Amino acid sequence: MQDKSQPSRGRPSFNRRDFLKGSGAAVAATAALDAQREAQAAEEKTVSGSTKLTLNVNGKDHEVTVEPRTTLLEVLRYQLNLTGAKDLQDVAVDGADTVMIDGKATYAGTVLALQAKGKQIRTVESLAAGDKLDPVVTCFVKHDAMQCGYCTPGFVVATRAFLDKHPHATLEEIRAGLGGNICRCGTYDGITKCSLELAQKGGA
Amino acid sequence: MPERTVAWKPRSENKVLGTYVDRIDGVEKATGRAKYSTDINPAGTLFAKLLVSPHAYAKIKSLDVEPASHIPGVRSAYIFPGREPGGQILFEGHPIVAIAADTPAQADDGIKAIKIEYEVLDHFVSETDLAAAYERGRAKPQKTAQEGDVGAAIADADGTVTGFYGIHTITHMCLEPHGSHCQWPAEGELLAHLSTQNVSGTPNQFAQPLGIDAAKVTVSCDYIGGGFGSKFSADEWGVACAALSRQTGHPVRLHLDRATEMKIGGVRPSGFLDVTIACDADGKITAWDGHHWGTSGPDGGTINQVPYVIIPKNRRVRTTGIVTNCGPSRAWRAPNHPQACALTDTVIDDLAAEMEMDPYDMFLANLDLVGSDANEKDVYRRGIYAAEMEVAAKLMDWKGKWKGRGKWTEGNELHGLGMALHTWGGRAGGGKCTVRIRPDGTVEAMSGTQDLGTGTRTAIAITLAETFGIPVTAVKVNIGTSKYPACGGSGGSTTIGGVTGPHRRAGLEALWKIFDLVAAKFKVDAGTLTAVDGQVLSGDKKVCSWPDAARLVGPMGLEVSGEGPKDDGLTNDQVAGVQMAHVAVDPETGITRMVKYVAVQDIGTIINRKAAESQILGAMIMCIAYALSEERIMDDVSGRFINANLKDYKLPRIGDIGELVVELYEPDSEYSRGVVGLGEPPVISGGAAISNAVANALGKRIPVLPLTPKRVLDTLSIA
Repeated sequence: MQDKSQPSRGRPSFNRRDFLKGSGAAVAATAALDAQREAQAAEEKTVSGSTKLTLNVNGKDHEVTVEPRTTLLEVLRYQLNLTGAKDLQDVAVDGADTVMIDGKATYAGTVLALQAKGKQIRTVESLAAGDKLDPVVTCFVKHDAMQCGYCTPGFVVATRAFLDKHPHATLEEIRAGLGGNICRCGTYDGITKCSLELAQKGGA
Repeated sequence: MPERTVAWKPRSENKVLGTYVDRIDGVEKATGRAKYSTDINPAGTLFAKLLVSPHAYAKIKSLDVEPASHIPGVRSAYIFPGREPGGQILFEGHPIVAIAADTPAQADDGIKAIKIEYEVLDHFVSETDLAAAYERGRAKPQKTAQEGDVGAAIADADGTVTGFYGIHTITHMCLEPHGSHCQWPAEGELLAHLSTQNVSGTPNQFAQPLGIDAAKVTVSCDYIGGGFGSKFSADEWGVACAALSRQTGHPVRLHLDRATEMKIGGVRPSGFLDVTIACDADGKITAWDGHHWGTSGPDGGTINQVPYVIIPKNRRVRTTGIVTNCGPSRAWRAPNHPQACALTDTVIDDLAAEMEMDPYDMFLANLDLVGSDANEKDVYRRGIYAAEMEVAAKLMDWKGKWKGRGKWTEGNELHGLGMALHTWGGRAGGGKCTVRIRPDGTVEAMSGTQDLGTGTRTAIAITLAETFGIPVTAVKVNIGTSKYPACGGSGGSTTIGGVTGPHRRAGLEALWKIFDLVAAKFKVDAGTLTAVDGQVLSGDKKVCSWPDAARLVGPMGLEVSGEGPKDDGLTNDQVAGVQMAHVAVDPETGITRMVKYVAVQDIGTIINRKAAESQILGAMIMCIAYALSEERIMDDVSGRFINANLKDYKLPRIGDIGELVVELYEPDSEYSRGVVGLGEPPVISGGAAISNAVANALGKRIPVLPLTPKRVLDTLSIA
């Protein structure tokens, strides 16, 4: 089994203070109090169980509920219903989960939701507002840079982030710069042509 | 009544058919709006994960799922039928239990809590070692087929090559793993969003094991994230997902994790060959004496179609299947053909080298051995190969570049050329559709087909736009649910013919009815009417606009059904195809670089030139993948698939493909044949063409695909 989440180290429903209260014995009071202080001190540094968190996604703040092991990708897909970024059920290798974090193309499955706090997160959904489409989207369609389409949103975001950084990229730079994404249907030729066309226009 | 025949228009009259058309769902796909089965997200959806066997061959001794029920968030468990204690495991990754929980991580926690003991049995996962298979009793009885006098032909030959060749198993590696999202919207009614190539064929596969009526099952698949032949079935994990949903009263999603996807989601089986091939002094192939083997997994099947395309008159073909504990095969884009081509056209290329002939000339000299003299389509195809070879050779500058083996060095790199030939049927699949003309002239189409990425929706829209003389965007195409008229699964290059035929038939029938109404109202001869550019014309004179014509059908609109395939010339089968590769190999690193790669392909009538070229480009990249890097590696000791992840199972990246050149071979004689499927043919001959190019570069053959850097270096190190 493979999963992006870290394995559980404790039971999410376990509550140390409730447990200690439940023990109730007077002789244990001092020890219990110490334990309580310890637990509180630990809580200040460590998040465990479910916690609420505000994430800025596509320019809006969203309150989400996460465990420490929850990835940004899981939050985007299953709490915010932003399903453009895909989960290929593998880690840090395919790019179908590419989003931009503070402008940088990032695999959302490798980032814990907690780590994304305070950052500007942009997903593929931000590249289309109604009929107003980012030129990368339009150009992907023009060059038919897609087949099944499953890797396509990740590639679109990677291309957007790449061209933002390298608006006049050469063919060789495109070939190296978009190497972080995998397509199985074989749409690389269209993606290359699309990126090259946009780079010749200054990254559009 | 005018005489009316179902046909495509004369080629010169087409406005959109055969042109470059953007796919109508392109924006949906590129913006993430397209919803795949993994993206179905109703509130309360649970996540299901699987406990799978780590052993390749075992018996389940004991199984206790109860501890999982104490894990927070865990809702329910499902034990797969036959995986109770005493049940047998036949390959690594065999599913045993599915657990549904509130979050994916909690489902994983539940899986880890399950207690299971195995009695580990003595597995066998060797695909290449035929002697070991015999020794272990894993080889099935050999089959032999014989024609002519092989012994005499070899004895009389002017040139022979004897050698070992092979091609390893690869996986389907669908990026959207197999799986579904299941919910029960009403008592006893299942809605399954299934990642499937077979929308119309899968409801019954859910209904039967779940004990409900097939009529109460809806399978929906608007988009599928990769389907290359492995997604025709609901699969036992699909049934598990539906059962868990029923047990919990919640929607459930269950998709295989990547490793399991690769282990059990289907593979293309391997093939290995010991062979002697013979020819006369002119390079005419006279004999083939081969024994090939391989494995499709526990059922012990192996490939067929060897020798491929060029069938020597004197031949002996021996075949042995091996029963292994490897994950089972499923149809992989052009079943048997890529392996058969890789085991035939490499041998022919070596024979050409032995005879110091340009392989182009040897293939050309043997085109009379394509198929059989008795088959008209085989004989037709011989001429197509010759014509396509000429086109491909020009695009590659084959004759300008060709040098003998091991004779072309540029800088630090060894260069080489290689070519190969392929064929495929591509007959239209069975299918039905409904076409509706609304009184305002808008057109809707409904069919229970699906889009694998070949552009099914767009092909339907083009067909109807061409028929009614309206823009592609004015056609509303509805596919992807079993509620629509039934269509066959998308496999074997059957879909584009399978959908365009019925839609053209239904469209013409509707058009003719409307023409009759127009003729009556405007007092014109129905036989003179055409629908072009949003107008109905009589000769070149406008009679009325398309909406005015459509209004004549009355307030209910007009609804016509279409079906296929029919023998009316709209569709056909049998294509040829030629591919040529130019590679450069670095003898220090063993890395093969694609320099240029040419594909020339006939496909009868072209519906969407843009999508057709995309199909071929994609297939060429898949060829590069299985020719150079992708391979399932089974570990003999542990019985496990040891590179079952996207890092170690190497697929090409965007920088690995070189220059790709596609040429659609479509003279009028091809246009008039009707539509033939294109999905499979271009994925066939690339492996052999690239292997031949590498052999040409190195001066010797790397016997098995893929041609990894290690195999290149190993081959170079042999004196």
